Amino acid sequence: MTDAALQVQGFNRNFGALQVTRDVNLTLERGARRALIGPNGAGKTTLVNLITGVLKPNSGRVLLNGEDITTSSQAERARRGLARTFQINQLFRGLTVLENLCMTIGERDGNCNNLWRTAGAKRSVIDEALDHLDSLRLVDDSLKLVRELPYGRQRLVEIAIALAQKPRVLLLDEPAAGVPSSESHLILDVVASLDPDIAILIIEHDMDVVFRFAKQITVLVQGAVLVEGAPNEIMNNEQVRAVYLGQEGRRHD
Amino acid sequence: MPHFAIIAVSILFDGLAYAMFLFITSVGLSVTMGLMGFVNLAHGAFAMAGGYVVVSLTKDFGVGFVPSLVIAALVVGAVSAVFERTLYRRLYKSTDLEQVLLTIGLAFMAIATATYFYGPIPKSVPLPDWLQGDINLGFRTFPSYRAFLIALGAVLIAVLWYAFERTNIGAKIRAAVDNRRMAESVGINVDRLFTLTFAVGSGLAALGGGLAIQLFGLNPSFAVLYLVLFLIVVAVGGLGSLKGTLLAALVLGIFDTAGKYLLADAGGFFIYAVTVVVLLIKPAGFYGRE
Amino acid sequence: MAASETISPERNAARERAAEYLLSRHRFHWQEALPWLIAIAAYFIFPDRMTFGSQVLVMVMFALSLDLILGYAGIVTLGHAAFFGIGAYTVGLGAARLGWTEPISGLFAAAMVSALVGFLTGWFLLRYRGLTLLMLTLATAIMLQEAGNLRSDLSGGYDGLPGLEFKPLLGIFQYDLYGRANYIYALVALAVVFYFVRRIVYSPFGQALTGIRENIRRMHAIGSPVHRRLVTVYTIAAGIAGIAGALFTQTNAYVTLTVFDFDNSAKVMVMLILGGTGRLYGAFIGAAVYMVLEDHLSKLSPTFWQFGIGLLLVLAVLFARRGLLGLLEDASKYFTKRSKP
Repeated sequence: MTDAALQVQGFNRNFGALQVTRDVNLTLERGARRALIGPNGAGKTTLVNLITGVLKPNSGRVLLNGEDITTSSQAERARRGLARTFQINQLFRGLTVLENLCMTIGERDGNCNNLWRTAGAKRSVIDEALDHLDSLRLVDDSLKLVRELPYGRQRLVEIAIALAQKPRVLLLDEPAAGVPSSESHLILDVVASLDPDIAILIIEHDMDVVFRFAKQITVLVQGAVLVEGAPNEIMNNEQVRAVYLGQEGRRHD
Repeated sequence: MPHFAIIAVSILFDGLAYAMFLFITSVGLSVTMGLMGFVNLAHGAFAMAGGYVVVSLTKDFGVGFVPSLVIAALVVGAVSAVFERTLYRRLYKSTDLEQVLLTIGLAFMAIATATYFYGPIPKSVPLPDWLQGDINLGFRTFPSYRAFLIALGAVLIAVLWYAFERTNIGAKIRAAVDNRRMAESVGINVDRLFTLTFAVGSGLAALGGGLAIQLFGLNPSFAVLYLVLFLIVVAVGGLGSLKGTLLAALVLGIFDTAGKYLLADAGGFFIYAVTVVVLLIKPAGFYGRE
Repeated sequence: MAASETISPERNAARERAAEYLLSRHRFHWQEALPWLIAIAAYFIFPDRMTFGSQVLVMVMFALSLDLILGYAGIVTLGHAAFFGIGAYTVGLGAARLGWTEPISGLFAAAMVSALVGFLTGWFLLRYRGLTLLMLTLATAIMLQEAGNLRSDLSGGYDGLPGLEFKPLLGIFQYDLYGRANYIYALVALAVVFYFVRRIVYSPFGQALTGIRENIRRMHAIGSPVHRRLVTVYTIAAGIAGIAGALFTQTNAYVTLTVFDFDNSAKVMVMLILGGTGRLYGAFIGAAVYMVLEDHLSKLSPTFWQFGIGLLLVLAVLFARRGLLGLLEDASKYFTKRSKP
């Protein structure tokens, strides 16, 4: 398993008496397209927080490209190629869309250590930022402040930032949530056209999206992995059915 | 009695009295900051206002000292509720900085008003006979006023503890401090709860202000000078915690008194050094939430 | 990413417009010359108010240093006066106790000492935020003041070190009774400092600061070494505040422990808020307006002055959150809109 991009080994996390993550093992190999599904409150976002370092696990390890990052800070993990989107947008609301992207690229390349040259001096940074914005049809909004955009477009910026980090492992937390259907296909198209070497984990409730995108599915229930497998296996799995109890995945309208 | 023991007892006694004053005045600030996350730097001004109400009542209207304390607490509490409803409410969603600036602005206005009506010279307050002089406890005598302060503090602590831990309202406050959204979803009217808590807290501050006159004298800059102390007590104790405020008041009150007794000039250091040490180790204070 | 696609001319134009904004943002606009012209004009229009003028320039520099950490990085502290005081006393003690009276090297020394203290305290304290940070910075500033009071044999305590003397600037310009040379000196120092601050603000580092201010969680998630950035800007701001303090001592020929007062920290914060944070020139407007108003009004009645400032703060928070500069910007936007067809 040394080829794995991301490896979670035995994550446990509790808040007082509440066990939110139970002995979770997860592996993302290079080029993975894995969906993480489960009922509300199953601990999916918590798991992502544990992987990215927002939360520290009570026990367990996490490895990124074979290196143990369990004690690394959030920022270090990001620098090593781990990017995520947040369930609720975390953007630089008072800055323009373009600046949101340029800053991400600047931090990625270590540009932001520079106190002397002007931020605009590196044309390549601006061009790359515009490329990312272009793929999400955001160029016309480049100079708008993020807080002036409708929520759906802000979500696109959230995705753009994660992509601009040029990650090797990408964790998407309900990327299409809150995005009107006219634009959500954009996100999926972009994700589908990403470098096949990138490992992607997507938390989703919408089963259409899950089946379109995922080659592997992990089902999380009450903080523990219930079952893992290919999409059609999961669909026909009795336990999974019982958990969702007749709920059909929410559909796009 | 050995010399050092006498000093120790004096430090404990004076420290305890000081701690009671700190607790009474700061507890309201801690609970409101913990409950609503609102940084109210006008809290010191409420204390100052309470003090001046006591001064006016005792000197101009001949009301007794203790009744004046009660009236001051009620009046300031009621007025603060008006402020909360009309002004503070607008800023609950604002940044910390904006809340700081608004309330400092109000504090400045309050100080200027007090200076205009009462002048800058420190005021004193006439005390009833039983609060003047000393109590003799055998091995030494203690100033009655400070003994009164300690006794009053103990009573208030008991009352507040009971209200917090044993009553319905107390439970609601604790729930709301713990997790406001959840409390609201369970049907607790957090807004009204906050107005009540704010009024009680400001009333207690006014009480503290009235009690402080005899200890430190009262002039308008009391509002800002002692604000620093209250903030320190709140930060060290932890926002929204009765226990924390009490522990912080005791630790800081006794350390400060000890410092001033034992090291005279360098004594002022202690309270700040303790603050820095505590906050570096436990940034949310003794009983605060991260 | 989109290298293989052909880009339509409209999209190209939109991209160019967007790029142009970032490429040209740092260029000087003509309006930026105004505060400097006013400052120079003051020299000729108010030749007998030059001592006061120097104090205004000192406060502008102090407010500028605060803008870096408060306006750009979003760090709220209550102890910024500590660095002002350290700079003031570096020069003061240097002159009174060590016979170091050369002014320009004094400025450098003050900057170094304040920056060093800023680095050390910042490294520890900037791990905290919110109320905790407020209290830590406040307590540190007060302890420094108490330390100074403890050794009042050295520091002169609250009576201070009077009658300091400084060598003529560059060996040529003598200090005159009306403080004219002082004013030019302060103005040149301010211009040099401002040039550096402006470069920092428009650099990628400056951009990262605004990112930290806007969303610190996001900054961590994209790999920004947040703590390092904060300590860097805090150190720089401390150094600049130290230069302001040094200028204060040099232009007054006097320094007391009151420079460390919480009042001073609060005052500079009020100035910056009134002027407008995060825009550099807010420091100019805020400090100038505050000092001028204080000079006139507090002479009439200090009580009314205090009331007025309190009221102004309340009104600013309620109605003019971006300060005077924000109001000016809104006004000019309004007028340019009206003039467009």
